Amino acid sequence: MSDLTQSWTGSARAADRATIGARVKAVANSPFARRLFVLALLALAWEIAARVQHNPIMLPSFLETAGAFVEGVTVDNLLGATLASLSVLLKGYVLAIGIAIVLVSVAVANSFARDVLTTLTAMFNPLPAIALLPIAMLWFGLGEKSLIFVLVHSVIWPFALAALSGFETVPETLRLVGRNYGLKGPAYVARILIPAALPAILSGLRIGWAFAWRTLIAAELVFGVTARQGGLGWFIFQNRNELYTDKVFAGLAAVILIGLLVDAAVFRAIEAATVRRWGTQR
Amino acid sequence: MAGDASRAVLDARGLTLDFPTARGGTLRAVDDVSFTIREGERLVLLGPSGCGKSTILKTVAGFIRPSAGALTLRGRAVTGPGPDRLVVFQEFDQLLPWKTVRANVAFGLKRKGGLNAAEIAEKAAVAIERVGLTRAADAYPHTLSGGMKQRVAIARALAAEPAILLMDEPFAALDALTRERLQGELVGLAESLGFTLLFVTHSIDEAILVGTRLHLLSAHPGRTIASFDVSDFGADAWGSPEFERISGEVHRLLFGGERRRAPGRGQNERAELAYV
Repeated sequence: MSDLTQSWTGSARAADRATIGARVKAVANSPFARRLFVLALLALAWEIAARVQHNPIMLPSFLETAGAFVEGVTVDNLLGATLASLSVLLKGYVLAIGIAIVLVSVAVANSFARDVLTTLTAMFNPLPAIALLPIAMLWFGLGEKSLIFVLVHSVIWPFALAALSGFETVPETLRLVGRNYGLKGPAYVARILIPAALPAILSGLRIGWAFAWRTLIAAELVFGVTARQGGLGWFIFQNRNELYTDKVFAGLAAVILIGLLVDAAVFRAIEAATVRRWGTQR
Repeated sequence: MAGDASRAVLDARGLTLDFPTARGGTLRAVDDVSFTIREGERLVLLGPSGCGKSTILKTVAGFIRPSAGALTLRGRAVTGPGPDRLVVFQEFDQLLPWKTVRANVAFGLKRKGGLNAAEIAEKAAVAIERVGLTRAADAYPHTLSGGMKQRVAIARALAAEPAILLMDEPFAALDALTRERLQGELVGLAESLGFTLLFVTHSIDEAILVGTRLHLLSAHPGRTIASFDVSDFGADAWGSPEFERISGEVHRLLFGGERRRAPGRGQNERAELAYV
């Protein structure tokens, strides 16, 4: 009897250990932990390379950059520059998505409009938005309007392409079900087509966001200050001119961090709550 | 008139369907098919592939306009799709993947209109219970098996109480065991609820089991061969000698034409006699 109890508790302890081990394994296998590990590895390689090279004007080390980042946030108004960039970015992004939704809606309803949109997309999608900046400056002058113009151009075509292909791949059965239950026009689009095309629409939003971000930073680099407050591109440009290379790197780190943050907090969260939950995207 | 069991729910007269071909001509898929479905009747369109039975069902649903002929639902001409003729399709992806089982069933009720939120919730719960899926009511369709998905589709259509239920080979993509079970469940629901049904299949056994009346079609183009009553054959009659006899007879009418026509004209006479 006592033998039995002992062996039982012994095995229970072993099971406990196993679950702790399994938990550690699960944490190590989670995408977040893996990402963190990759980032740490990159930082280490960077630190070693910088120390070997020993030329902070050409390549500041990771720790120097981290210090410059903290200093940038506390002293040099890196946060303000970031907010200035983000506010322009959001204006352009929202405007572009709005225009693209109207274009795609018309294209879905009308085959001639679809031909127009596919032609426009094929024409403008390969054209780098930044190449339009000289024209934008000619038309709109030095200011936010020019930035928003190139931003809209950079978002509208890739998003329209993704959304249109999403609508075109909605299964025939779902379309028939929508019509069978008496849905027509805008109600049909809102209740059947949009949810069914959501995986493609979300990936279009994601691509559009990345395009907008890189276009904005590039435009600010060319362009400099736009309003009372310069953006992140301006922060990078200015510090490069004064050879504060560590601050340049801090500015680049801010761009990357916001990219990662928006991807994880916005797009992944929306996907988890919708298309992954519904099983329409793995 | 109301409550008269013999009144026509759906009436198709001289239904003809032509489709344009790639070469610019037209292809006749369905030629001069007529039938009437009365209240509580279950009519099965039965025929080999290519006889246009699914096309006829899509026309009744209002997805396709007939090239000639008249289609009336309770005396009013059918002009387009509407929730008074709900379809259960063969494909499993007919459920809206972004809605739970409950929300899918409620979707049909909402589309029908005239109900408040509490009534919709109650009717949806009843419909889900009828097909035995109460435990899966809050699951998303991608977690369900094929048989469960078809049950939800049936519940969604029945909950909205259409004038006529249209089923387009709803069990064809299921495994044999599940198919048999769902056929039995459908007959049970039909007998307890008394809904009117137009059912399309190429399986003779399924047709005799599910239907109260068979409408046989030939292929290329779809033409009426015969129409007769099989209301005596329920699930309990399956495998009985009488069931086998009818099944054999239907098989001969559908597939044995050439062989039997050669010696005499008995085949055609029989078809004429059987036509009602």
